[in-house]
Amino acid sequence: MTVTLSVNGTTHRIDADPETPLLYVLRDNLELNGAKFGCGIGQCGSCTVMVDGEAVLSCITPVLLLEGRKVTTVEGLGTLEKPGPMQQAFIEEQAAQCGYCIPGMMMRAQVLLQADPAAGEAAIRAHLEPNLCRCGTHVRIVKAVMRAGELIRQNSQSGGGAT
Amino acid sequence: MTSHDVKNPTRRGVLAAGGSLVVSFSLLSRAFGQEGEVQGTAPPAQPKPKLPGSLSGEPFLDAWIKIDAKGEVSVFTGKAELGQGVKTAIIQVAAEELEVDPGAIRLITADTDRTPDEGYTAGSQSMQNSGTAIRHAAAQMREILIAQAAAQWQVPPDQLRAENGTVVKRDGQTLDYGTLASAANLHVEATPQSRLKPTGSFKVMGQPMRRVDIPAKVTGTPIYVQDIRLPGMVHARVVRPPRPGATLTALDAAAVERLPGVIAVVRNGSFLAVVAEREFQAIRAMLLLESVAQWSEGRKLPKPENFIQSLKTLPSQDGVVSEKGQATGIPAAKTFEATFTRPYQIHGSIGPSCAVALFENGTTTVWSHTQGVYPDRSAISEMLGVPPEQVRVIHVEGSGCYGHNGADDAAADAALIAQAVPGRPVRLQWMREQEHAWEPYGPAMLTEVRASLDEAGRIVSWNYDLWSNTHTTRPGPAGSLVAANSLPTPFQPPAAKLSITPSGNGDRNAVPLYAIPNMRVIWHFLPEMPLRVSALRALGAYVNVFAIESTMDELAVMAGVDPVEFRLRHMEDPRGRAVIEAAAEGFGWSRDPLPEGRGRGFAFARYKNLAAYLAMALEIEVERETGRSRVVRVVAAIDSGEVVNPDGIRNQTEGGIIQAASWTLYEAVTFDESGITSVDWSSYPIMRFGAVPESVEVRIMDRPGEPFLGTGEAAQGPTPAAIGNAIRHATGKRLYDIPFRAERVKAAIGV
Repeated sequence: MTVTLSVNGTTHRIDADPETPLLYVLRDNLELNGAKFGCGIGQCGSCTVMVDGEAVLSCITPVLLLEGRKVTTVEGLGTLEKPGPMQQAFIEEQAAQCGYCIPGMMMRAQVLLQADPAAGEAAIRAHLEPNLCRCGTHVRIVKAVMRAGELIRQNSQSGGGAT
Repeated sequence: MTSHDVKNPTRRGVLAAGGSLVVSFSLLSRAFGQEGEVQGTAPPAQPKPKLPGSLSGEPFLDAWIKIDAKGEVSVFTGKAELGQGVKTAIIQVAAEELEVDPGAIRLITADTDRTPDEGYTAGSQSMQNSGTAIRHAAAQMREILIAQAAAQWQVPPDQLRAENGTVVKRDGQTLDYGTLASAANLHVEATPQSRLKPTGSFKVMGQPMRRVDIPAKVTGTPIYVQDIRLPGMVHARVVRPPRPGATLTALDAAAVERLPGVIAVVRNGSFLAVVAEREFQAIRAMLLLESVAQWSEGRKLPKPENFIQSLKTLPSQDGVVSEKGQATGIPAAKTFEATFTRPYQIHGSIGPSCAVALFENGTTTVWSHTQGVYPDRSAISEMLGVPPEQVRVIHVEGSGCYGHNGADDAAADAALIAQAVPGRPVRLQWMREQEHAWEPYGPAMLTEVRASLDEAGRIVSWNYDLWSNTHTTRPGPAGSLVAANSLPTPFQPPAAKLSITPSGNGDRNAVPLYAIPNMRVIWHFLPEMPLRVSALRALGAYVNVFAIESTMDELAVMAGVDPVEFRLRHMEDPRGRAVIEAAAEGFGWSRDPLPEGRGRGFAFARYKNLAAYLAMALEIEVERETGRSRVVRVVAAIDSGEVVNPDGIRNQTEGGIIQAASWTLYEAVTFDESGITSVDWSSYPIMRFGAVPESVEVRIMDRPGEPFLGTGEAAQGPTPAAIGNAIRHATGKRLYDIPFRAERVKAAIGV
């Protein structure tokens, strides 16, 4: 069966079983690496992507539910050559060790900052509660998200985009 | 991918010597990562000149650094990036001594076809071994290039200097490294002495350089083994038995073979796997295969009730770790006695283990996040029954590595499956429940301490007994691999052996570094392994430092002395004193009263008693009604020797503290007689953001010119002790059994 999916601004027609979780479509069909397999049961958040401005666990969300909706992965936030504010902030704060959980963290944080770029530390911590990190990078991750908020606010003041 | 460098014929002999316990060659053995962690008997080692770091195993300069005619610099390390930032630190060291821009260095990490054999990337030894080797190799190569320029210009070499990939003469003329490297012979053996740059002239080392791997990681650029996509690649999943020792008794796989996308069901004895075109097809096929496979009973696991206490009743071999003065009969004013325990704990990487393997033209190539490409190649080739030259293992990053996890097993799984589908690359990934149930755990441990003070409040005697399995069952031998244990003629896990080494294993850090006149430390080594175990970050140091530093606080209370002051009174090593003072000062250590439910805790250790020094102070908040504890803030001071990347040291130490806090507050493998029951993140909870400290501050001691001491594991031991000491301070109650989950704290404080 074919499913039509909008990912990072591009529309794709995907040939996949409609029950296939979005994660496998992103990784296997579209060859995107940002969303990671961590647990397959929605407990760790490493597969988190943004769907229409909400954080979604792609490992447990069947692709059939996403017909016509806008999916954003970490690849949609910027590139190696031109990192977006969230990516820039994680680089500046050196907020990664192994980095495996980081794209999921960034996508969940992006959801918060799109709604409230001035979100404070307590709000960020509460918002990131579903996502696990095993290297113990948490303190840097929180700092990076706060820095991303600053960069987004600077961009919007100077007329740039908010992503 | 199929090119083969000329092998250094001495390598395998040297690798075997890595496990040597021959005392006169202890330097050589330490160079090959994991002294105290490697098992096996070694052939007699050849005496070699004492070369710095891993140069002792691979002396040729051009095995470490190559400069081509265009001046492009490639650096080769046998160590692997595990998320600890070692690539960046090695680039800094090479750039500094070679006088080239760090951005101009291409770094090639662990690959059996391309890099020196440096054993395992483990034990916080990458900078001591590989960093030291590359630093000396770079300095010696720089001097050769200067000498070459001196010969070409007919001037004395002391009139020349190296700068930004060139050699510069006093009149400003330059010769570039490419030209000089083409003319010079760089295939020379290292000499024991190098002209190292003094700390004062550093441009790159000692500076917080940004990690080279982070931009890729935050943009979804393929960097992990999980991200490998090769032409024609297929996806595989394994089906494990319900518990160890169970064998496959019956299988009708016809329904699985008919599923869409399924290419093969692989059965080899009790090894069972499925291969499909797409990943989710492989998962569906795995689920059906699980439901149709029939298994024998297997081995019963131990009864979980009072399991930890039962460790003392298992058959043991006793090893004397340390003995001095009199063991008994010392007159004592006061004595503290206690038992400390920790359960089995997991590595729990967020991404389950993964590997890609390709069997083609008689050669098996495996991409793996293993810690040791060479030992893994030995194990896989033994399992496949082929010479090691027919297996190539290439390290590619995986999810975070904190010791011997499922990486080697996944590599073996993929290699075995690849034999069934020649010519097609196989990507094998474990499921979450497989990682939780089948990775080798950090061993359960029990320790007993009996320590006494004299009338003056000084420690006069110390008796310490620990019960533990080995903390290493790494490959090398095929029997260390789950897949090899499942073959029709199974490879058996090698028998564990007791060995007492300077850096320790289960007995790592079992000897207090404090000045104590009478001491006896015994490892009751347990050969029998009820659950599969191996190396988890810091090995026995996590439990031993927990026990020692908890005891130090109780003795301080008995002596009526502040715990920091009590430690200083017994610490003679000036670098030990310095980190204790720095952590106390940075934290603002005092005896001032804290609000209800808050407490301060302190702890110290020198990792392995021969590597990095670390002291920490922390504040904890205990919620009386629930028993929930949260670390509020932490200040640590670390001395890792000469600093290469200060931010790298901070990142590793912050992470070590938070991870060890998670182990300490929450973590325990659970099981019953029928199998492992902690198979996901709800049955094995770890720390989440809500419980993360408000701040973790790391102070780095400046030690110019001192040898590298490593960083990665230094915080693991002090953290549980500082937490226990802080809970004691907050509640008046001492906790002896890890984890300090809410119900345990509640029971201890009696609410």
